[in-house]
Amino acid sequence: MAGSGTAQLRGDDLLLRVEHLVVEFGKGPRRVRAVSDVSFDVAAGETLGLVGESGCGKSTTGRAVALVHPPDQGSVRFAGTDLTTLNQRDLRQARTKVQMVFQDPISSLNPRRRVLDSVMEPLSIWGIGSNEERKAKARQTLESVGINPSDASSQRPIEFSGGQCQRISIARALMLEPSLLICDEPVSALDVSVQAQILNLLDDLKRERGLTMVFIAHDLAVVKNVSDRVAVMYLGKLCEVAPPDTLYRHPAHPYTAALLASIPEPDPSAATNGRAPLSGELPSPTDPPSGCRFRTRCPYAQEKCAIEEPEMRALGPDHFVACHFPLARPMVSTEAPAVAEPVGASPFSNA
Amino acid sequence: MSPRRRRPHLVFPDASELEEPLLDVQDLRTYFHTARGVVKANDGVSFTLNRGKTLGVVGESGSGKTVLTRSIMGLLPNIQLERSGSVRFAGHELTSLTAHQLRDVWGTQMAVIFQDPMTALNPVVRVDRQLTESLRIRLGLDRRAAHDTAIALLGSVGIPAPEQRMRNYPHELSGGMRQRVMIAIALACGPKLVLADEPTTGLDVTLQAQILDLLASLQRERSMGMILVTHDLGVVANRADDIAVMYAGRIVEQAPTKDLFSHTRMPYTEALLRSIPRLADPSHTRLRAIPGRPPDLASLPDGCPFAPRCPYAQDRCLTDDPPPRTAGAGHLFRCWFPVGSPEGEDALARNVAAGVPAALAFTGALAGAAISVTTVSVTATAVVTGSLAPDASLVPPAVPLVVPPVVPPVVSPGPAEGANGDATAGES
Repeated sequence: MAGSGTAQLRGDDLLLRVEHLVVEFGKGPRRVRAVSDVSFDVAAGETLGLVGESGCGKSTTGRAVALVHPPDQGSVRFAGTDLTTLNQRDLRQARTKVQMVFQDPISSLNPRRRVLDSVMEPLSIWGIGSNEERKAKARQTLESVGINPSDASSQRPIEFSGGQCQRISIARALMLEPSLLICDEPVSALDVSVQAQILNLLDDLKRERGLTMVFIAHDLAVVKNVSDRVAVMYLGKLCEVAPPDTLYRHPAHPYTAALLASIPEPDPSAATNGRAPLSGELPSPTDPPSGCRFRTRCPYAQEKCAIEEPEMRALGPDHFVACHFPLARPMVSTEAPAVAEPVGASPFSNA
Repeated sequence: MSPRRRRPHLVFPDASELEEPLLDVQDLRTYFHTARGVVKANDGVSFTLNRGKTLGVVGESGSGKTVLTRSIMGLLPNIQLERSGSVRFAGHELTSLTAHQLRDVWGTQMAVIFQDPMTALNPVVRVDRQLTESLRIRLGLDRRAAHDTAIALLGSVGIPAPEQRMRNYPHELSGGMRQRVMIAIALACGPKLVLADEPTTGLDVTLQAQILDLLASLQRERSMGMILVTHDLGVVANRADDIAVMYAGRIVEQAPTKDLFSHTRMPYTEALLRSIPRLADPSHTRLRAIPGRPPDLASLPDGCPFAPRCPYAQDRCLTDDPPPRTAGAGHLFRCWFPVGSPEGEDALARNVAAGVPAALAFTGALAGAAISVTTVSVTATAVVTGSLAPDASLVPPAVPLVVPPVVPPVVSPGPAEGANGDATAGES
């Protein structure tokens, strides 16, 4: 669906307010609109989960919010200032309060530097404190994420596991005491047992430090666990915004419902609950479908969906959807087409 | 390579006439001699697989599951490698075959679907030739017939407009398409056994469901055996007949799928299940993380390799390696204090009473970053000193045990605890 509109936005006084964000890559006919007209807001102390398939623009959105990749249009209001209007110097200053944690924990640390130096660097760049004070602070932050500081002062990233490297990256992001932490798939490269450790750590840090987070992931179960509000993205647009428990119990957007149906449950008795996995693949963002962007894969698509783009509208007190025909509650079982039927005669033959 | 052959073919009986299991792996050991010491990637793995059945192999990275598939197929380089044990496939002992003889096995009898379709496909060769190559060499088809078969294959794995796709290079295909091409290549010569090594890792959930459904339907159609290797218990929960859970190079629990989930015996399996975030849980449910991390395969601890992270571990676990034990038909596990047995519950209660961090984290008695941090470091100390919390062994077992405040387990513990415990008593 992917719709535009700003119905999901709340008051003006929230920590982060992103309006009509557009990010494009390339020029001319091959121009990719990675993010087209996305608006959302995050209150202080809240975690917004951003989910979608790869290629839906969720990482680009995260990077645009931190102005790692400046948006082509739209505004990013952070603590009352529109970051997109700042000059380079003011932006650098403002960005100390917005930090990122990336997907690949090992490649996001410099392999040739000692871990403690990497963690201290934000303070060194800003000339905060004496060398001793920086060291003390880095040690203290590492301790708080569960890394032994004396290991960190002598060892390089290669000597740590993926989970430990992710803890170190988190420590580095916390050094400047940011108020907003953007986590771009922070656990998707980790094993399940380690993933749980990192998710618990993020939850603890959020509570202790009053952090506000934008948590980007493709795993809906993970997003549900950490978020206070979830935004589902499809092909550069938002489909649905709701608190996690509402979203998962009563998905209103057919895409959200399909995503939920695709998740394999680690429980054989929870099997075949009328699963309707999505067929086909994400259309090309260089030439997105007209009207609603999800219509080409949507089992409920009507003529209207091809002509008119759905606007974000309220379904409940805190539940917003961009769909002409949102699913009724409780969810009716879908009769979406299953995986493409094999065509032609079976080519398998024993020699 | 010329399609003419000068050596005699290995003869494989038709799978339906096979008396013995399709694949019978016994005590397979795969060791790598490295500068850091001997890496025991597979340390005595045994299982059997019947035709048309699926075995799910689950484990974290570094548990040896990928090496297992390579070792079964004989695909590992012979350098610094030590391999022992037996791999019987359709009446042939694969470990004693030469590389030349193995060519009669690969493709036509046994095929592998690799994890990363981008690197597994040749980037400078069109889909066309990658698919027809094995058809021409193995099945001896002529160019025309191979081309037609390849198009039909692409169609059967759900690729639209297969004629056009044949002319594409891998980079022109999306990730899901590439994985479908990989599957088509693996199935081209009609193998009896498919080894799918993390076939959906790196794909989106929606694609993952499509690919797994496709594999299942092709498997049914051809009644192939399949080994489905994954790190995600969710992937195998509905698709495997049996599941083998690997840890530190060996199978620590193996059971029919339903049994594994409903009567979990091995603490590692239980901990793995509990650490997964569930959709059914409300938001911000605290996850029961497993403290620490998997052991280094080059320097495994004495005793049970999971003991340093295990909520049930007792002093005995740090010194004595538990042998495989049985619990009901086809259910094997390696543990001194199994889940759901009286001795296991005693052990957990003792650990909770003694404040062993792994046990507290597991039962949910812990909250807060500061404590969870100590969990990790104290566990690390336990590894070094070779002992658990000092007073764990001092608590006399005769003391009436208070059942710890276990948070409702994700896996239902089964109707009758006592009966389960009796079933596990078969100490070997």
